[in-house]
Amino acid sequence: MGDTTTIYVPCDAAALSVGADDVAQAIEQEAKQRGVEIQIIRNGSRGMLWLEPLVEVVTPKGRMAYGPVAPHNVESLFDLGFLDGNDHILSHGLTEAIPYFASQERLTFARCGVIDPLSIEDYEDHGGLWGLRRATGMAPEEIVDVVTKSGLRGRGGAGFPTGIKWKTALEQNADQKYICANADEGDSGTFADRMLMEGDPFSLLEGMTIAGLATGATIGYIYIRSEYPQAVKTIRRAVEIWQNSYLFEDPDYTFDIHVRVGAGAYICGEETSMLESIEGKRGQIKVKPPIPAIEGLFGKPTIINNILTLASVPTIMNKGWVHYENYGQGRSRGTQPFQLGGDIKRGGLVEKAFGVTLKQLVEDFGGGTRSGKPVRTVQAGGPLGAYIPASEFDVEMDYEKLAEAGAMLGHGGLVVFNEDVNMAKQARFAMKFCEVESCGKCTPCRIGSVRGKETLDKIISGKDVEDNLVLLEDICELMTDGSLCAMGGLTPMPVRSAIKHFGSDFKG
Amino acid sequence: MTKQVLRICGEHDNAPDALLEILHKAQEEHGFLTKDTLVEIARALNISRADIHGIVSFYDDFRREPTAGPCIKICRAEACQAVGGEDLTAHVKGSGVDTHDVYCLGNCALGPAVMIDDVLYGRVDAQKFDTLLKARS
Repeated sequence: MGDTTTIYVPCDAAALSVGADDVAQAIEQEAKQRGVEIQIIRNGSRGMLWLEPLVEVVTPKGRMAYGPVAPHNVESLFDLGFLDGNDHILSHGLTEAIPYFASQERLTFARCGVIDPLSIEDYEDHGGLWGLRRATGMAPEEIVDVVTKSGLRGRGGAGFPTGIKWKTALEQNADQKYICANADEGDSGTFADRMLMEGDPFSLLEGMTIAGLATGATIGYIYIRSEYPQAVKTIRRAVEIWQNSYLFEDPDYTFDIHVRVGAGAYICGEETSMLESIEGKRGQIKVKPPIPAIEGLFGKPTIINNILTLASVPTIMNKGWVHYENYGQGRSRGTQPFQLGGDIKRGGLVEKAFGVTLKQLVEDFGGGTRSGKPVRTVQAGGPLGAYIPASEFDVEMDYEKLAEAGAMLGHGGLVVFNEDVNMAKQARFAMKFCEVESCGKCTPCRIGSVRGKETLDKIISGKDVEDNLVLLEDICELMTDGSLCAMGGLTPMPVRSAIKHFGSDFKG
Repeated sequence: MTKQVLRICGEHDNAPDALLEILHKAQEEHGFLTKDTLVEIARALNISRADIHGIVSFYDDFRREPTAGPCIKICRAEACQAVGGEDLTAHVKGSGVDTHDVYCLGNCALGPAVMIDDVLYGRVDAQKFDTLLKARS
């Protein structure tokens, strides 16, 4: 059928949350009624979430974008000829010419929203599998060397150099090693792991397989949080396809991938806690050392990497470390998928080289607030990240520059708040969140969070404000210095930044 | 229930490290985890009842009692707070339905977010929530 039109309707969870399934169904019905031949492909999201459900029509000029489409728009879209790419009140022209999309530097998310997530042929047609092919012909040391030189650092939040971690695991003599992909993306304001797993799952599987070749690991686990049922479904299916693909016809070459689903514990994003959870235990953290690369899952050398870290590896192997390293600045090389959330007009995913300013992200890409009120602050890096005031939005987004500013990149989530926000209440929330999600292993986190929350309650109600602020700082210091992991250790970061930049909110 | 539980455990080779998968599956089939179910799983996996209690009580997802109506998860985290999530929470809790507080559903650009029986909804306000709930009952 030469005149079948291809239409893309995302099956990303965010798109589904605003009715993408209903839209796909409406388009199918309308086409049937009119006797028009169409083929609907359910892709991932392009990351322009304010336009979801974003419907794309393949035309000779390229893929034309329409959004946000509601089922009641479908009739008029057909009437006005959207199948030929014609104008409509919802049209945005060519998807890839939309400034938000066109000014990004997509390496990790190059295929997300472009391809059919579960078509390995589509994946390969768009540059997939070439990284693995190159890696197959290389010695493990050479693969580790490429990853090290690329400057890739852990995108989960800690920013540890990936190549060094891999080298440590490679150097271990063990009968079994593991690769664990950490998809326990619990930070508020982050959704990049989810988007990637739903939009381009094979890039994760390819990255894990390369990590296996590089370190001698033959078993991989993907640990996904239970709040992501759509990602779990997509990854399970993708693993099935991947394991049965022709890649594994060679009987000497196996890399088994298992999927494990979390059970609603934020702490399981901490690597040692995640390993406990994969072993079927309480997700309590473990004291390091030994580090997991030496003694991890079931006591064996284990690489734990974030989804974005692993999904960046195929591109690095395919295009070479120089290509990746060319992006970014200082010791922050490559690109970072930033996620714009909260009160933001154009929320979504923006992948840019390190060095882009917060102002560019929030204003140029994000377009300010959805509510139309002035921006007061952005919380960067999740619930354990600092609140950055609007006066400091010129900060360049990389690991070191953010650390200098008393903040952190974390997993790249940016939550925008308007002028109505009360920062004392946000500081209290940080302590409350720690109280709820602490694994309970160490005292500074388990009890410090409760005392911190109580002290903030007193401050908010105007009781001995000066004295209680001194006490709060004392608690913050103790939690920072005395906690076993980042949960208790970083909870003071949002609290202290709120007091530092928005002191007037803490006057009771 | 015994047969079902043993089948689920068997599908996972009675492996203790598959416990979370087994608990998820048992809860999915039965709605919640009864004391008997936990005893049977403990026996099949050769772990103690104390261990399994420790694990089930650690994770928020596992329910020891049946819930009335659908499982409603409401996001209480920062990105939803920034767009009126707390007003929505007040409305939902005020309407007397059973809800679970969760911290982030990964729909941070389209908040406030709510999940009803594993179906995610975005840009939910009080009116939209009432419509969703009515459609399900």
